[in-house]
Amino acid sequence: MPYKRTFRHGVHPPELKELTEKVKIRRLPFPDEVVLPLSQHTGKPAKPLVQAGDRVERADKLAEADGFISAPVHASASGTITAIDLWPHPDGSYKPAIRIAVERYSPQAARPRIIPRWEGLTPPQIVQAVQDGGVVGLGGAAFPTHVKLAPSKDVSIDTIVINGCECEPYLTTDHHIMAEYPERVHLGIRIMARALGVDRVMIGIEKNKPDAIEAIRATLPADLNVTVHPLTVKYPQGAEKMLIEALLKREVPSGKLPLHVGVVVQNVGSCAAIAEIFETGLPLIERIVTVTGRGVAEPANLIVPVGTKVRDLIDACGGLTEDAHEVVFGGPMMGAPQANLDVPVLKGTTGVIVLSEAETRRKESFACIRCGHCLDACPVFLNPQLLGQMALAGRYLETEDHHIWDCMLCGCCSYVCPSNIPLSQLFQVTRTAIRRLKTEAAA
Amino acid sequence: MSRPRFLVTASPHLRGPATTPTIMWNVVGSLVPIILAATFYFGIGALLVIGSATAGAMLTEALFGRKGSLGDGSAAITGLLLGLILPPGFPLWMAFIGGVVSIAFGKLIFGGLGQNIFNPALLGRAFLQAAFPVAITTWVEPRGGWLTLPAQMTSVPFMGAGDVDVVTSATPLGLWKFERIGTELWNLMVGHIGGSLGETSGLLIIVCGGYLALRNFLNWRIPISIFISVAVLSGLLHLIDASRYPSPLFMLFSGGLMLGAWFMATDMVTSPVTNKGCWVFGAGVGALVVIIRAWGGMPEGVMYAILLMNALVPYINEWTQPKVFGTRLTEAPS
Repeated sequence: MPYKRTFRHGVHPPELKELTEKVKIRRLPFPDEVVLPLSQHTGKPAKPLVQAGDRVERADKLAEADGFISAPVHASASGTITAIDLWPHPDGSYKPAIRIAVERYSPQAARPRIIPRWEGLTPPQIVQAVQDGGVVGLGGAAFPTHVKLAPSKDVSIDTIVINGCECEPYLTTDHHIMAEYPERVHLGIRIMARALGVDRVMIGIEKNKPDAIEAIRATLPADLNVTVHPLTVKYPQGAEKMLIEALLKREVPSGKLPLHVGVVVQNVGSCAAIAEIFETGLPLIERIVTVTGRGVAEPANLIVPVGTKVRDLIDACGGLTEDAHEVVFGGPMMGAPQANLDVPVLKGTTGVIVLSEAETRRKESFACIRCGHCLDACPVFLNPQLLGQMALAGRYLETEDHHIWDCMLCGCCSYVCPSNIPLSQLFQVTRTAIRRLKTEAAA
Repeated sequence: MSRPRFLVTASPHLRGPATTPTIMWNVVGSLVPIILAATFYFGIGALLVIGSATAGAMLTEALFGRKGSLGDGSAAITGLLLGLILPPGFPLWMAFIGGVVSIAFGKLIFGGLGQNIFNPALLGRAFLQAAFPVAITTWVEPRGGWLTLPAQMTSVPFMGAGDVDVVTSATPLGLWKFERIGTELWNLMVGHIGGSLGETSGLLIIVCGGYLALRNFLNWRIPISIFISVAVLSGLLHLIDASRYPSPLFMLFSGGLMLGAWFMATDMVTSPVTNKGCWVFGAGVGALVVIIRAWGGMPEGVMYAILLMNALVPYINEWTQPKVFGTRLTEAPS
């Protein structure tokens, strides 16, 4: 097939996946304490159901969803709740979190529970079960998964796109889920197809994961229209809109969602998490995290209880090296930097990357030389050069005419900028400023 | 465990491949072979002219530019390029003044790197053309001897140009324009001709510019569109009247076209940011070159063609804004 499946523009950062590409997933022992923020997903924070001093078993529901666009939080380990209080959150702020002192000699068994048979459930029942399982998008954005399985009646969905791109450098989480648990991914796909009443499923995987492609292909179900599509390795291939363009040649309109072009996109990890609800009955209480980077002694792919502190993850990987300079949650292109090693792993934490000084952003910036490299990189065809100049001049409202809200903050422009102008950061600032200006104008 | 201090900065957390100084110094490096070729053809005097222009440019940047801006390499490029578009045997003090004017009025007055509208080197040359019209049109015959320096080169400012004692020759474009004499194409390509220092070897300039294009340090669309535009327009004219209008190959390899197309028009600051805009820009430069050469009062028009198009760049940028993803199709039913 001569036609190259990908999107236009984008960048080619070094892949750096070799550190953990061949490392099998292993399980992290339970830590002494887990911290479960009530806000681990996009939408309203969960409402706590427990109090300090309560004894909880693993997989007990600790906080319930507050409305439809919200997700419950479950205990990721058995133990005693010590406090429900503010705790450092990976987004840089302090947020309410439930702290559990993990019982050291507990068998960490969940209470006996009824495992629903998905074949017998109606689509709304499946959606409810997925929400009760606390499943959110495991690719990083942490949007509650059940919401995407219950689109409004006025849109018709014809395709489910499964995102196995993992285009961020360093990360090998989705890669190993596909390579080591392909059946689970396929079961999740089957359940989603039932919930949505859709029979066409396309799995997009970047070509740099041949073993994942092979494992997923080898376990393809015969009775479902599921196809696997190897994609060109390019960042941000895993962005929903780019993935849809690559697979279906459909363009999600500006300001709209994938479902407006009849598509639901789910990450492979979310598929596996859905499958787990119906296989073991366990909600989303653990996830696979890539702990890697030149700043970590022994990079690894770990299964960790949600709420485990970064400190414990890094200790399990041989500690920090001399080079350790910056700790990032998620991928290095879009991830959030961490100042405090007490922050917990969330449901949406794909990786913990410790970068060395030589690879992080340069310190000095230069004037814009209008080279146009950012325009060539922008996957949504903005003019970051112009937007950046407007932002620097404080002309925030004008940026709206130039589609500032279409920016995905993927960071391609900042990455290629030879003058090291922090473009995507400027756009983030601009959006905050616009929101503030508008609320001030309304008041 | 002691508390390590971590960097906290906005994403992306990885550094990209190129920096502005990398680009600038690569341009400087790619000019070195052209400078050596100029020295080969015109002797040690070539180095002195280029050196004077560069000294003027860099000194001005160092004195009046922002702190540390000399290190980004852009002043060096301006000086070298200005030197390369001056005639061999050009008085050194004038070359120095040209360098000063290039940086002071071509760049710093607009606010330094990235802010200028016109290519600084060409602006400096335009100033010299207006200020010293005789000196800038005195062309030395290539190969006048390695170490001989024409007397007017070392002339003292404002004391007259001295006796013009060198063997002068007209440039191929001048020969054609005023006497309708053609020049052997191979001599044009390798540079065995009269003309400005850097105008001589077209083939060498293609190699050096091509290197920059391969590394994405210049937008290849600009030189290519200039060549297409010049070739098509001059080809048409040549077909109409071959005795009046020279062949497209002559047009491509004569004068400052090669140097201008690869190194001047592609100046990132003064060329469009959009790829579509680069095509428009290049086509405009090419058309203006042909018009000026065919019907203008001067034999050469690359300098004015580029300067004129520089002035249009903000408009070209505005006209060729990329179509934002998600707005290219008809509005989705919502």
